[in-house]
Amino acid sequence: MNLHEYQAKLRFAEFGIPVPRGKVAFNANEAYEIAKELGGVTVVKAQVHAGGRGKAGGVKVAKTPEDAREHASKILGMNIKGHTVNKVLVDPGANIKGEIYLAVTNDRAARKPLIMASAEGGMDIEEVNRVSPEKIVRVHVDPLIGLRGYQITELASGINLPHDLWKQFEKIAMGLYNCYVGSDATLCEINPLAVVEEYGQTILKALDGKMTIDGNGLGRHPELETLRDTSEEPQEEITARESDLSYVKLDGQIGCMVNGAGLAMATMDMTAHFGEQYGIGPANFLDVGGGADPDQVAAALRIILSDKNVKAILINIFGGITRCDDVARGIITAMSEVPTQLPIIVRLIGTNQEEGLAIINSANLTNMTGAKTLYEAAQKAVEAVRGAK
Amino acid sequence: MAILIDKNTKLVVQGITGKQGRFHAQQMIEYGTNVVGGVRAGKGGEWVLGKPVFDTVKAAREATGANCSIIYVPAEGAADAILEAVDAEVELIVCITERIPIQDMMKVRAILDHSKSRLLGANCPGLLTPGQSKVGIMPGYIATPGPVGVVSKSGTLTYEAVYALTQRGIGQTTCVGIGGDPINGTSFLDVLQMFEEDPNTEKVVLIGEIGGTDEQKAADFIDKHMTKPVVAFIAGQRAPEGKTMGHAGALVEGNVGTAAEKIEKLKSVGVKVAAYPEQIPDLIMQ
Ligand SMILES: Nc1ncnc2c1ncn2[C@@H]1O[C@H](COP(=O)(O)OP(=O)(O)OP(=O)(O)O)[C@@H](O)[C@H]1O
Ligand SMILES: [Mg+2]
Repeated sequence: MNLHEYQAKLRFAEFGIPVPRGKVAFNANEAYEIAKELGGVTVVKAQVHAGGRGKAGGVKVAKTPEDAREHASKILGMNIKGHTVNKVLVDPGANIKGEIYLAVTNDRAARKPLIMASAEGGMDIEEVNRVSPEKIVRVHVDPLIGLRGYQITELASGINLPHDLWKQFEKIAMGLYNCYVGSDATLCEINPLAVVEEYGQTILKALDGKMTIDGNGLGRHPELETLRDTSEEPQEEITARESDLSYVKLDGQIGCMVNGAGLAMATMDMTAHFGEQYGIGPANFLDVGGGADPDQVAAALRIILSDKNVKAILINIFGGITRCDDVARGIITAMSEVPTQLPIIVRLIGTNQEEGLAIINSANLTNMTGAKTLYEAAQKAVEAVRGAK
Repeated sequence: MAILIDKNTKLVVQGITGKQGRFHAQQMIEYGTNVVGGVRAGKGGEWVLGKPVFDTVKAAREATGANCSIIYVPAEGAADAILEAVDAEVELIVCITERIPIQDMMKVRAILDHSKSRLLGANCPGLLTPGQSKVGIMPGYIATPGPVGVVSKSGTLTYEAVYALTQRGIGQTTCVGIGGDPINGTSFLDVLQMFEEDPNTEKVVLIGEIGGTDEQKAADFIDKHMTKPVVAFIAGQRAPEGKTMGHAGALVEGNVGTAAEKIEKLKSVGVKVAAYPEQIPDLIMQ
């Protein structure tokens, strides 16, 4: 789950990291009011779950409250990489002397947290990483021991940070690591961690913040679950999550319901394999999960049917932990709750497959066809969509 | 011969009193697995399916001599269950549980690296040595003894491949599900090495998916160290970037971990890559 910049910075502040004291506005007038209250120069920033906001014109400096209103009215409603902006953060403008990059993330290959810093932070960090990756200092952290002081020294000296900023840097790096652990985050990023002149002093401040939370860790952080912005997700994905299903919307015509992530991907691939030449493909990825019960299967069918692009449904269940009779009952329940005339191709195989098939057959549903193999099921689904066109 | 488990495996079931634990313990017993007991804190002294229940893994191990444990504990307690089994020095620990937080797995992994135990999973279907022992949730009837080793990140996709092999009369030495989490106990590489060393395994099927670089590393290993032919299948060719496809580990990040990249790398070291799961037997027979 992604947090917005303003949410991430509030979380950072809880871990002792200095952040600007801005506020969120949902319309241009609110932006004006906030800018007036802050006084002086402000920055108006799009709050969307997309990177590269600055380069897309989603971050603008305002000299006056009127400017802030003007910028907000342009940024609100803007589309950044497919995301519509519906709120902006108005932060006090900072007098920036330098931009540092600092992040903690999971290094999947090393199986450890990785902390990274660079003196060349800011909007071009991806470019720095591409052209001169040695300018990003990387330190792995032992998850059993946590981040140690000497490792922070390694980062600070590695990026040639002036000695007088080390104390501040240590507090921020430690805070960021603690925030990562204390939030079950998979990413905590400050870019830029700006070197700022304020009241005649040089200080480090997190002007931008990005956090991604491990969905599997959210159960331990109810306070973070409330930060979820559902306006950023397709409705089907929200409904799916509430039913404990994993679903990703795609743009094809064959609604797929499969148990197991690998088989669900293979099923998607198969429909595309046969359908591609006719412009036919999967409408979604949907894994009904290990122990899918009838309620979940019914919920899955409802989600698939809510996608108006769907012209045929392919149900592919190989029973391991999921029992085919449970799945069959789920299909019948869902069919009576959400009746549909769409062709449905069903393949049930594995634990209790006879019981499952018997339940399906005794229901006498005319739009339902069985298939023995995945190959046959995918072919039939493509044929069904072609017939419907 | 087989790898990891055989008829001498003595299994203890962690979470045997739960719905899933009980159901699958029953299935394993029916398959012929030597289930010697179960563990559930607070239920020590009871009996389930005719097997003794213990409060701790240590007690179960002392009383039964179990050398393998399987975990059907919910995600909140799963990391704890793994660590308990490590502490009891169980040789092979198989964790079925899905949705364990990744930071828990980083810690578990760090401890495993300095332990006597091997972990398979988490978020895996377990493993099966046809005709001898089944530890996990694979439907037993899909497999039959023979010369092909199967290793996979996925659950049901493994069944698909194994079933397709069996139907064509091609049996298996051992079918191993390593799981779909980004951090797990046993990698493709570990299992490939075991198959390479197992005298009864003649060919190997590897089933991977998008996300991470495990398949690429497996390709390097195959190139340098394997004499036995490998057939592969990679799921997720149509997966969009930046979306987690069910498995926490199945995620294309930037352009790292795409199916195309993995397929290309595997092909470049002489691995035959199937276009769809049911094609795997054809490639094995070639
Ligand atoms: N409060 C501020 N005062 C002055 N300049 C700022 C302030 N906030 C941001 N900036 C400038 O704007 C640039 C872009 O802002 P920011 O880092 O928040 O967005 P971004 O990195 O483009 O967005 P994304 O995180 O989506 O990639 C910063 O690198 C910094 O130079
Ligand atoms: Mg930034």
